[in-house]
Amino acid sequence: MKKRLKEGQKATGAEIVCEALLREGTDIIFGYPGGAIMPVYDALLKYPQLHHILVRHEQGAAHAAEGFARVTGKPGVCLVTSGPGATNLVTGLADAMMDSVPIVCISGQVISSLIGNDAFQETDVVGVTAMVTKHNYLVIKPEEIAETIKEAFHLARTGRPGPVMIDIAKDAQQGITSFSYSKEITLPGYRPTITGNPKQVKRAAEIINKSLKPFILAGHGILISHAEKELAALAEKSHIPVATTLHGISSIPRDHRCYVGMLGMHGNLSPNKCTNEADVIIALGMRFDDRVTGKISGYARRAKVIHIDIDPAELNKNVPAEVPIVGDVKHVLQQLNPLISKADHKDWFVRFKEYDKLEFEKVIKNEVYPKTGQIKMGEVIRRLSEETKGQAIVVADVGQNQMFAARYYDFKVADSFITSGGLGTMGFALPAGAGAKIGRPNQEVWVITGDGGFQMKIQEMATIFQENINLKIAILNNNYLGMVRQWQHLFFDKKYSEVFLRNPNFIKLSEGFGIPAEKVDKRNNILPAIKRARKHKGPYLIEFVVETEANVFPMMPAGAAVDEIRLE
Amino acid sequence: MNIKNNLSTLIVSVQNRPGVLFRIAGLIRRRRFNIESLTVSHTENPQLSRFTILVRGDKETVEKMSKQLYRIVEVLKVSDPKDVEIVAKELALIKVSIKKDGSRVEITNIANHFRARVVNVNPEYMILEVTGNEEKIDAFYENTRKFGIIEFVRTGRTALFK
Ligand SMILES: Cc1ncc(C[n+]2csc(CCOP(=O)(O)OP(=O)(O)O)c2C)c(N)n1
Ligand SMILES: [Mg+2]
Repeated sequence: MKKRLKEGQKATGAEIVCEALLREGTDIIFGYPGGAIMPVYDALLKYPQLHHILVRHEQGAAHAAEGFARVTGKPGVCLVTSGPGATNLVTGLADAMMDSVPIVCISGQVISSLIGNDAFQETDVVGVTAMVTKHNYLVIKPEEIAETIKEAFHLARTGRPGPVMIDIAKDAQQGITSFSYSKEITLPGYRPTITGNPKQVKRAAEIINKSLKPFILAGHGILISHAEKELAALAEKSHIPVATTLHGISSIPRDHRCYVGMLGMHGNLSPNKCTNEADVIIALGMRFDDRVTGKISGYARRAKVIHIDIDPAELNKNVPAEVPIVGDVKHVLQQLNPLISKADHKDWFVRFKEYDKLEFEKVIKNEVYPKTGQIKMGEVIRRLSEETKGQAIVVADVGQNQMFAARYYDFKVADSFITSGGLGTMGFALPAGAGAKIGRPNQEVWVITGDGGFQMKIQEMATIFQENINLKIAILNNNYLGMVRQWQHLFFDKKYSEVFLRNPNFIKLSEGFGIPAEKVDKRNNILPAIKRARKHKGPYLIEFVVETEANVFPMMPAGAAVDEIRLE
Repeated sequence: MNIKNNLSTLIVSVQNRPGVLFRIAGLIRRRRFNIESLTVSHTENPQLSRFTILVRGDKETVEKMSKQLYRIVEVLKVSDPKDVEIVAKELALIKVSIKKDGSRVEITNIANHFRARVVNVNPEYMILEVTGNEEKIDAFYENTRKFGIIEFVRTGRTALFK
């Protein structure tokens, strides 16, 4: 029997939690039970429409919810108990906060009369999570539950999306009240600006129309507001090169004629170099992270900056903007595009091509087409990209594996690259990949992870097995905390400190979790293994034994300017 | 123009809900500003509260922080007015010893000069109340110090737009 509540019907707070989740369009919950949330778990039995996925650690629930949210655009939902259940979420909340990912997390809290008394498994959840959430709540009365959940979803998914935490006292879950789901939300202080100021938009258009070397930087905002078409239209109409940030990856297909590469510390040579040659920079839904800008005083030296973002606090925060525009980037582009005149910037594109040639010769050729030596991370990613025709969702962890995945997979579909960018949370990929596959069951999903990161959330292998999530997992095993080793190599005179990993047998481990696995240590076995993984129905793991001491290049050393990016 | 260098008055209008103070304070802490003073109270509209925050820090960072304050869901309006645009006052209470002969008369004279009010007297000390801007209160403190100040508290700045 599937329960539903009608307006005015008497119900427990726990039932109202379930009902409110359904009304917000939730069908999947990632969670882990415990004392203070048991009434909701009991109510879940009456709500089989809410498919609950039992993770093995609450942090995994948060990352899975993030992966789910990134591919569906719907808030991911987590359900956890008080105290340790809630504190285990904190890394996931911080991650979602940094990367603007909508998730709604519900934790049980001890009964309201005990709050503040250091009760068993009591943590001040609102206090602990305040700085890593877009908003948070403590609910102590059943009558407040419906309204709070409604508001939480609204906050999570609108404006600049982000995580919202709701802490619900156990007695509020148990108490009975009459159910009412209002249509309205009263948040006088929360009114995200959607439409750009027309005067500013006009100024932006004038500057773009006059420019000789315009340059578009596309960020995560393009994907969040679904402005991929508008982005392509702007680029095509005025023939403007487009580079993406790490999170902007897949906002424009990699084979688009205006796409010129990825920005940032390990991005491509041409977009980083050309940042300082451009006369106009059009920054769309991005926030000039320090991994993108390098040394601020050496950034965009010749450019007037047009910055469009929905969060006013981002404008003029890191890079001063000649034309700051607050608004939803899709709306603003719809305003802007008709004012843009056609142009041809062939010569400007040639500059990019010159740098591309250099990068290919010095870095890419050897990375993705090596003939001898150990397997390289880059060639694994290239093979995967070719075999899946750039159509898969790639969920990358953190470190060298992440940068190689970002650099060498030829993304063709929107929202197909998921990673922890802002926080750089190792262990993100496995649970986020599981969440992404659940969100888009019909699309192939590959997790790319390092040997270090895999072991950080390895317990979610059990979740994947239990739910039989058809996820493909590639461990790029270099036997090192590779990215840290690279820094020690380059900036600490090759003095390696605590970066060597004596690893477990990943194949046996995977099989122990019930997930078939194979090890690839020969070049000619890369492709056949990928094919076997794809053919297998259900989760499958491949351990690629890769070069141990390879470095990711290009690289912008910390503190260097964008155009000081190094090829070796 | 501010009374002291590097001081800004932030007037923050918020929806009156639990936890707002915590979030505002958290943001200011994150920017590593020192809060010189902070007052919070209801306003003519019981649904709204008003924070008057005196912070020390460079102007540019104060401006960036003001914009980040808008990220707090309950925050309706943040203003960073110049001193000439507002009427700002604070209140101080001061407990001064009157054990020495003649102190009482002398203190009362000073109090009259500063338009301070005597709110409590006993054989050992008197308590005075004074309102005004920070400089006036500083000056009053200096003038009464020689008699022996037993306790001194001030509320911090609160302000209205002219
Ligand atoms: C939770 C967490 N701890 C530490 C780090 C610092 N860190 C960044 S990359 C990295 C090494 C990652 O090693 P591995 O997962 O093997 O990936 P590789 O770089 O070798 O591809 C470390 C330790 C981090 N990003 N996250
Ligand atoms: Mg490694």
